[in-house]
Amino acid sequence: MSLDPAYIDYPKRRHGYDHDLYDWSAIHQRKPLIWPGDRSVALWVCVSLEWFPITPTDTPFRAPGHMQTAYPDYRHYTARDYGNRVGVYRLLDAFAKAGIRASFATNGAIAERYPELVADIMREGHEIIAHSTDMNGTIASGLPIEDERALIAQSLNMLERITGLHPQGWLSIARSQSWNTPDLLREAGLRYCCDWVNDELPYRFNNGLINLPLNHELSDRQIITVQQHSADSYAQQIGDAFDWLAGEKAGRMLPLHLTPYIMGLPYRISALEKLLCDLAARPQCWVATGEAIVDAWEAQQ
Amino acid sequence: MTGDPQLYDYVPYRGRDRIVWPDGKSVAVWVAPNLEYYEIDPPAHPKRKAWGRPHPDVMGYAHRDHSNRVSHWRMADVMSKHGFPGSVSLSVALCQHHPEVVADAQARDWEFFSHGIYNTRYAYDMSEEQERAIIEDSVATVREATGQTIRGWLAPALTHTPRTFDLIAEYGLDYTCDLYHDDQVQQVKTKSGNLVSIPYSLEVNDHYGFFIYNMSPREYADTLVRQYERLAEEGGTVMCIPLHAYLIGQPHRIGPFEEALRHIAADGRAWLTKAGDIVDAWRANPPQASLGEDA
Repeated sequence: MSLDPAYIDYPKRRHGYDHDLYDWSAIHQRKPLIWPGDRSVALWVCVSLEWFPITPTDTPFRAPGHMQTAYPDYRHYTARDYGNRVGVYRLLDAFAKAGIRASFATNGAIAERYPELVADIMREGHEIIAHSTDMNGTIASGLPIEDERALIAQSLNMLERITGLHPQGWLSIARSQSWNTPDLLREAGLRYCCDWVNDELPYRFNNGLINLPLNHELSDRQIITVQQHSADSYAQQIGDAFDWLAGEKAGRMLPLHLTPYIMGLPYRISALEKLLCDLAARPQCWVATGEAIVDAWEAQQ
Repeated sequence: MTGDPQLYDYVPYRGRDRIVWPDGKSVAVWVAPNLEYYEIDPPAHPKRKAWGRPHPDVMGYAHRDHSNRVSHWRMADVMSKHGFPGSVSLSVALCQHHPEVVADAQARDWEFFSHGIYNTRYAYDMSEEQERAIIEDSVATVREATGQTIRGWLAPALTHTPRTFDLIAEYGLDYTCDLYHDDQVQQVKTKSGNLVSIPYSLEVNDHYGFFIYNMSPREYADTLVRQYERLAEEGGTVMCIPLHAYLIGQPHRIGPFEEALRHIAADGRAWLTKAGDIVDAWRANPPQASLGEDA
């Protein structure tokens, strides 16, 4: 059997990308950024706050970390909710100790269900960004555009009702978008998203949305849960990353994506505490929320 | 069909003539950066899905795009600093999409071979005419972009037909990186032409290191050093370091990787070279046993 003759036609083979979402640009050819205080590495900590309904809907797909056994999967429901009750408070204490202001990518359901937690996060000076409604709120092409628009609006409304603020940032579950997502986020009044991991600095989509890249390779999910490394190895890897970025002699970003039910465990948290205190104390380090990084970047464009 | 693809003869490692590389070096070390373009919305292939999620697979696509915006230069600078030239496994459509990346490799005097048109177009089930078209496209595209005539092939996403080796040999290509049966250059049996296999060391490919074996960056660097030490000790060998900038060029990996390169460069037993030069040196004085019984 042979392939369709059109399989070797390449209609989008042209200079630049095979899509029109954003333009090509190489990081070392851009005007060097300087972070506030003449610092070279922006340390951005972003925590995902996730509520997994015990009844996964799988539309359009099941989120990483979701239920795994037949109903009722009490094991995973509770082990994930541990992060929202216990783990996140260990993270908050670690941030306070190291002087970290972080971004919390928050499911709307977290704000509705655990308003005390959201109030504590805001009181301690952290940023709330939107992270869908709950962990059934995944997005991919195939989700009808009206459903996606409603999902984004609902997630923002749930956060706004509790925080009184319209979030500026958005993180999709599993960083998964449809073809419509960038325009829908813009339409919903969002300033930036964190889904595209193709860069190490903010850049602007052609529709005006800013992408603030949240490196998935440096996440606790990837290093600890997927690759099964220890918290000490994680800390060493992040320390190596900081050293490298600080040596690049232009403004760079070190994004740390954390998950309370992964990093907030008793046997892991001290490695994170030590790491954050070490990094935050370095002379090149500017600790910043996503919003602060986007502000500083935008002011230099 | 016997189950043997009839690509080469069995030649045991023990008892082979000892190869000595130029300047008496014991191991030929070549680095193979994959400079790739993955399409965001490629046509479906009946035998392999390009992406795990419905298009756009944002994380998969963006991860690979990191090479062409950030990490190519990070990887290439470390290689140049320690004297390692690249032999590029090239998605030739990168010459159209991001000629800036191809020009950077050309300016470093790297060698190019074809890795297909895109890493999202698979050769399985191609007609002979279609496969000839991708070979001819590869030769013409690289020649136009760089002036180089490609000498080698690494099939796009490692997808082949049973005709692939006969066709690339017929078009005059010298080497394939698709066969993993040896740590030395070996003759490949083809209907015409003169094709050899060069070790591409899939096992120490950064993709295998990080996503099959789940190594930490320092474990991967240690793996490269161990691979090197053993091959240098045995002598007459080829070590390939196959790379993808979006993996090795991540900020937590590039530092340990640089230490591995520093170790290899400082050792003194390594011939740091390019794929075509290894093939030429091997052909200039081919060990009899490696030619097989028919030679």
